[in-house]
Amino acid sequence: MLYQLEGSQAIAKAVVLCRPGVVCAYPITPQTHIVEGIGELIRSGDLSEGEFINVESEMAALSVAIGSQATGVRSYTATSSQGLLYMMEAVYNASGMELPIVMTLGNRTIGAPINIWNDHSDAMAARDAGWIMLFAETNQEALDLHIQAFKIAEKMLCPTMICVDGFILTHAYERVDIPFQEEVDEFLPPYVPNIYMDERNPIAVGAMVSPEYFMEVRYLAHRKQTDALEIISLVSDEFKRQFSRDSGGLLRKYHTDNAKTVVIAMGSVSGTIKDVVDELNASGEMFGVVSLVSYRPFPSAALRMVLKNVAKVIVVEKAFALGIGGFLSQEVELALKDIDVRVISVVAGIGGRSITRNLLKECFLKRTHEQITFLGLKEDIAAEKYTSLKLHYLGGMI
Amino acid sequence: MPKTFATVIEAGTSLGNHTGSWRTIKPEYIAGLPPCSATCPAGENIQLWLSLAKAGKFREAWEVMVRDNPFPAIMGRICYHSCEKTCCRGQFDGSVNINMIERSIGDAAITNGWKFADSAQNSGKKIIVVGAGPGGLSAAYFLRKLGHEVTVYESRAKPGGMMRYGVPRYRLSTEVMDAEIKRIEDYGVKIICGNKISGIHDDIIGEFDALYAAIGAHRASKTDVIMKNGAAVIDAIDLFRRLEETPMDLPSFGQKVFVYGGGNTAVDAARTALRLGAESVKIIYRRTINDMPAHEIEINAALSEGIEILCLRTINSIDGNSILVDKMNYDEEFEILSKSGDTEVFQADSVIFAIGQAMDTGFFRDFDAIRVTEKGRIEVDRNMMTQEEGIFAGGDIVPGKRSVTTAIGHAKKAARGIDTYVRGVTMPNKTKNDVAHFKKLNTVYYRKDPRINVSRPNDLSFHEIGVSYSDREIVRQASRCFSCGNCFHCYNCYEYCPDNAIIKHLDGSLEINYNYCKGCGICSSECPCGAIRMVADEKG
Amino acid sequence: MSYSTLKDVEEFTTVQSSHDRPNTLTSGHRGCQGCGEALGARCAIDAAHRETNGKIIVVNATGCLEVFTCYFPENSWNVPWLHSLFGNAPAVATGVAAALRRQGRDDVRVIAQGGDGSTFDIGMGCLSGMFDRNDDVLYICYDNQAYMNTGVQRSGATPPLARTATTLPNKSYMGSDSQTGKNVPKIAMAHGIPYIATASIANIPDLEEKVRRAIGIHGARYVHIHVPCPLGWGYPTSETIKIARLAIQCGLFPLFEAEHGKQVRSTQIEDLIPVEEYLRSQKRFAHLFGKNAPADAIGVLQNIANSNIELYRLSGGILNA
Repeated sequence: MLYQLEGSQAIAKAVVLCRPGVVCAYPITPQTHIVEGIGELIRSGDLSEGEFINVESEMAALSVAIGSQATGVRSYTATSSQGLLYMMEAVYNASGMELPIVMTLGNRTIGAPINIWNDHSDAMAARDAGWIMLFAETNQEALDLHIQAFKIAEKMLCPTMICVDGFILTHAYERVDIPFQEEVDEFLPPYVPNIYMDERNPIAVGAMVSPEYFMEVRYLAHRKQTDALEIISLVSDEFKRQFSRDSGGLLRKYHTDNAKTVVIAMGSVSGTIKDVVDELNASGEMFGVVSLVSYRPFPSAALRMVLKNVAKVIVVEKAFALGIGGFLSQEVELALKDIDVRVISVVAGIGGRSITRNLLKECFLKRTHEQITFLGLKEDIAAEKYTSLKLHYLGGMI
Repeated sequence: MPKTFATVIEAGTSLGNHTGSWRTIKPEYIAGLPPCSATCPAGENIQLWLSLAKAGKFREAWEVMVRDNPFPAIMGRICYHSCEKTCCRGQFDGSVNINMIERSIGDAAITNGWKFADSAQNSGKKIIVVGAGPGGLSAAYFLRKLGHEVTVYESRAKPGGMMRYGVPRYRLSTEVMDAEIKRIEDYGVKIICGNKISGIHDDIIGEFDALYAAIGAHRASKTDVIMKNGAAVIDAIDLFRRLEETPMDLPSFGQKVFVYGGGNTAVDAARTALRLGAESVKIIYRRTINDMPAHEIEINAALSEGIEILCLRTINSIDGNSILVDKMNYDEEFEILSKSGDTEVFQADSVIFAIGQAMDTGFFRDFDAIRVTEKGRIEVDRNMMTQEEGIFAGGDIVPGKRSVTTAIGHAKKAARGIDTYVRGVTMPNKTKNDVAHFKKLNTVYYRKDPRINVSRPNDLSFHEIGVSYSDREIVRQASRCFSCGNCFHCYNCYEYCPDNAIIKHLDGSLEINYNYCKGCGICSSECPCGAIRMVADEKG
Repeated sequence: MSYSTLKDVEEFTTVQSSHDRPNTLTSGHRGCQGCGEALGARCAIDAAHRETNGKIIVVNATGCLEVFTCYFPENSWNVPWLHSLFGNAPAVATGVAAALRRQGRDDVRVIAQGGDGSTFDIGMGCLSGMFDRNDDVLYICYDNQAYMNTGVQRSGATPPLARTATTLPNKSYMGSDSQTGKNVPKIAMAHGIPYIATASIANIPDLEEKVRRAIGIHGARYVHIHVPCPLGWGYPTSETIKIARLAIQCGLFPLFEAEHGKQVRSTQIEDLIPVEEYLRSQKRFAHLFGKNAPADAIGVLQNIANSNIELYRLSGGILNA
C-alpha cells in the first residue's frame, strides 16, 4: 500500500512488520525519528508483544540487543555517528558471538568538529566489525532492505546493518509502498535461534579463546562473510518474486553494458549520479553507474563482471581515510586489480556538503584527475589555512 | 543445529582441567587425640560419646563409655575428671561438664537396665582376679568381654573396694554402686566375697591361666607424729570402712575434729566428720591450698560446709587433746618448704589421719621374681605383667597415680596384656595420634555458652549430692564439645573450598578430591576443630 | 556461622553444605589458589539455583571471574552463561530479561555479575540505567577492591591508602587517594530499587539468605559480596575467609540490607576489632605501618569504619580513631 512518508517512519513501519521482540532506543540525530516511530507503533498496538526499551547509551542499546538476541528473540536497534562509535565495542562483540541483530545506521559524519549532517564516516568505522552492511539508495529500498536484513542476518548468524543517509533519506518524505503484515510474515518466518540462553541446556556463550583457536574463529567468520554474498542475492531474488520489486542484492547496474566510464557510489547519492549520467549520455557520452548495496561483504567478483570492459571507474565516496584516501575506491581497485582500468577517487558530501549535479558533471567530464578529488572543496580557504597550518608545524625547521 | 565455534562451550567441561597439579602442599584429614582422652587415666573416648550424646543417642554414648569403663554412673560421681582440666573449651568459656554428662548417662543406663554387649566367644581360659575394687572388677569385666572365664576373690564382705570402703556415701550411693557391680556379675563374672587370699599359693585358687592382682592399698601409711597420753587419733580409711561395715559402731569424734592431710581422703574425712556430728572440723595441710592434691570441687564443697583449712602446717605431736603444730615456710623461690620455727597449739577432741595408704606386699612374698620398688609398689611391664609370668598387677599397688580412674585404666591395659598372654599372641603396637591443642582450633565458629557449674545443695547428710542432667540438658552440655582434632561434620571445608575439591558423600562423610585441590589451605584454616592439616605434597 | 550449644548443626544447613548442592561453578576453573571470588560466585549462584530450581541465566562481565571460568574449550559453569563485554553486563542482562518476558519465560530469573571494576567503574552507566528502569535483573558485584585480572590496578572500590600497581606508595604518596571510596550500595539505594544487600564469603548462611531474598523479588536488585583476593591484597592463600571476617568485624565492610532506598536490616558485629587488626594482615596496607608511615593513616580508615558503624548501626559503640 502506498504512503507518502518520512524515511524514518517508513523504516519504523518496516521494522515493526518484521516483529522484533526487543527494540532498544537511544536518541541520536538523525536516527531518532526511527526509534520514536517504532516506540509509537509498539505502544499503539502494532507490535504490542514487543519490548521497547529506553536505554541510557548506545553501548547499552546494542548490549540489550545482544542480551535479548542471545536469549532467542529477534532484536533491533538504531544509531548514528558518535553513537556507533560509542557502541563500537559491542558492534564487534555482536558479530563475534554470531548474533543476528539488525541495526539501522542513520549515516552521519563523525566529530570533532561536531556535525550532525550526512556522510559515510560512521559506517566506514564499522566496516571491519564483521557485520553485513547494506546501503539503501531510496526510502523504498531502505524499507525493503530492513525486511531482507532480518532474513539475511538470521540465515547467516551475522548481525546486519542497514545504512541510510541521514536527513537525505531519514528526514525526506517520499512515496513508499508498505507491504501488508501477512506478506512480510510469509517472507520472514519467526526467528528460530541457533543457540540461546536456556536453563535446560546450559551452555556458555562468550568464552575466552586462546591463540590456539582464535585464528580459526576469525577464518570461519571471513568465510561466512564471503558466503553471505550468495545469500544476499538469493534473498533479494526471493523478495522480488514476492513483492515484485527490485531491492537489495549486491549491487545495481545502470547503463553499464556499453559504458566506457562507470561511476560507483553507495546510498542516496546514486540517484543524483544517475540524473547526471542521463544528461551526459544524452549528449553522447557513455557513462554507466553501479550502485553498491552490499558494502560488507564486498562483492568483488560481481564488480569485476560488471567492469571488465570499462576504461575508467569513478568512485564517488562519502568518506575517506585521513592520510591515504577513499575507502571504497581502494576496495574497488583491489577488486579490479587484474583488470586494466583506471580507478578515480572522488570524495564528496563530507559533513553534509551538497553534491550538486553541476559539480558531478564537471568532475565526470575531466580528462585528468588528481589522486583524490575533493568535490566542491573551497580551494581558497583550504589553501590559506593549509599554509598557516604548515607554518606552524614546520616553523622551527624552516 | 549449528554451533558457534569456540565462543560457545558445553556446561561443566572444565572438569577435564585437573588443577591439582598446581599444588605444592595438600590438606589431609587427621584423627587427633583430644586432650580430654589424652589425660583420661581410663583412656575413655570422651569426644565420641559426647558427640553421640549431643545427637541424643544416649544408649550409643553409654556403649562407647563402657568400652573403656564399666562404671559410668560411679565414675560420673567420684572421678576427679582431669579431662575437664585439659578440655580446650576451658580456654574459651569453661570446660565441658564431662563428668556430669557421664554420670547422667550412667544413671540412664541403670534406670533403663542397659546391659553390656555380648562378650567374645569363650576362650576356654580361666583368669583369677584378686580384689573386687574398681580395678579388679574392671579387669574382670574387660577379660570377660574378651571371652575369658573370670573369678574375682574379695576379702571383704561386699565387692567394691575403695568405692565402697573409701568413698563417703554422699559422693556415691550404695544403690548406684551395687547396680553397676551387679551388671558385671550379670555379665558372667563370678565374684567370691569374704575370702581373704593372703598369698598367691593359697589352695583355694586352684588352676588358672593368669592372675590379676588388684588388692589395693588399705593400710594407713606410717607417720612420725609423736603421740602420747591417749591421743584420740583415727585413721580415715578405717573410719570409712567402719562407716560401711558397722555404721552403728563408730569411733567417737567429739566436737572439735582435726583432719591431717591434703588429699581427697582428707577432705572426704573432714566432710564425713561434719556429717557425723562434729561441731568444728579443721584440715591441717603442710603446703598451700593450691598444692592440695584433693580436687578443687571437693575443697570448695568442704569450705562451703564450714570446714577450715589450715595450710602451711605440720603436726609435730599430739598430747592428749592438745596438738602441737609447726608452721611451715616456703623459700623465696617458692620451692623449698621448711619449718619456720613458729608453733601453734590446738585443742582437739580427735584427729583423723589421712596421710596416705600403703599396700600389703605380703601377698607376693612367695615370688622372688616379683620386684617391689622403694616406695613399696610392684614393678610391672607395659602390659601390667609382673616379673612373674602370668601374674599381672595394677591399681594402687603399682607405680603411678592412685585413683579409681587409674585403676580402671590399668585394668584395661592388663586385660589386653592378659588376653594376648593367654592366647600366646603378641600385642600390636598402637601408635598414638597427636594431641589436639587449643591453638590449632579456629574458635570463631563456636558460640559462647559459658560453663555452668552444677550447684550442690548444702545438705549435711550422707544423701548423694547433686542430680543428673535431664535429657535436654545432656544434649545441651554435650553440644559444647569442640571435637578437638576430629571432624564433627560442620562442613566448613566443603563450603569454603573455592575449587569444590572436597566431596561430601550422601552419608555426610568427606573426602578431598586431589584432582582439583590447589592447596590453598582455606579448609585447614577454617576447620573449627583442627581436623585438617596441611602437609608437603609428595606427588610425582 | 557458630555452632550453637542449643541448636543442632542441622538448623544451620546451607545450600553450600548440602551434599547435592548445584555446584553451578564447578571444579577445574583457573581461579588462583584461595580465590575469594570463585567461592563467592559459587555460593551466590548455587543459592539462586536452589531457590529457583535451576531456572536462572547468568550474564557475566569481563574480569577475573569470566576469564578463569570460561576459557575455550573449558567451561566451569553449569548454568546458562553469557559473557559480552567489560562494561555492559547490566544492559545485556536487561536484554535477556526482556527476551524472557517476550517469550513468556519470566519464571527464569536473570542474574548479572561482575567484579568491582565493571560494577563501580566501566559498567556504572549501564548499571545505573538498569536500576533506573527497574529491570528484572539481580546484579551481583564480587568486590575484591581492584582490577585483579589486569594485575591489581586501582578501581573505584579500592580503599583509601591501599597499595595497588597504579597507587604504589612512595615518600610523598601514601597509596590510593580517594577519601571515602565510591559507595555503590548507596548509589544503588539512591535509585530506590526494591532490594539491596551486602554480603561476605565469611558468612555463607547470610549470603545465601540475601541471594534467596533477592532472587525472589521482581525488579532491579543489587547484592554486593566482599571477596578478598590473596594475590592482590597480599596475604596467605589460606586466610581468605579470615580476612573477609576481619573486614566485617572492624566495620570496614558493613553487612546490611535496604529496600526501596531505605536501610531495613544490618548485621551486628559480635566482637568489634580495631581496623588495624584487619589492615595489618594485608601487604597492601603494609606501608601504613612502616618507619615512614604517617601518624594519621590508620585513623583515616578507622574513621570510615566508625562512620559505617554509626550509619549502618553495626554495634553499640565505636572505637576511637
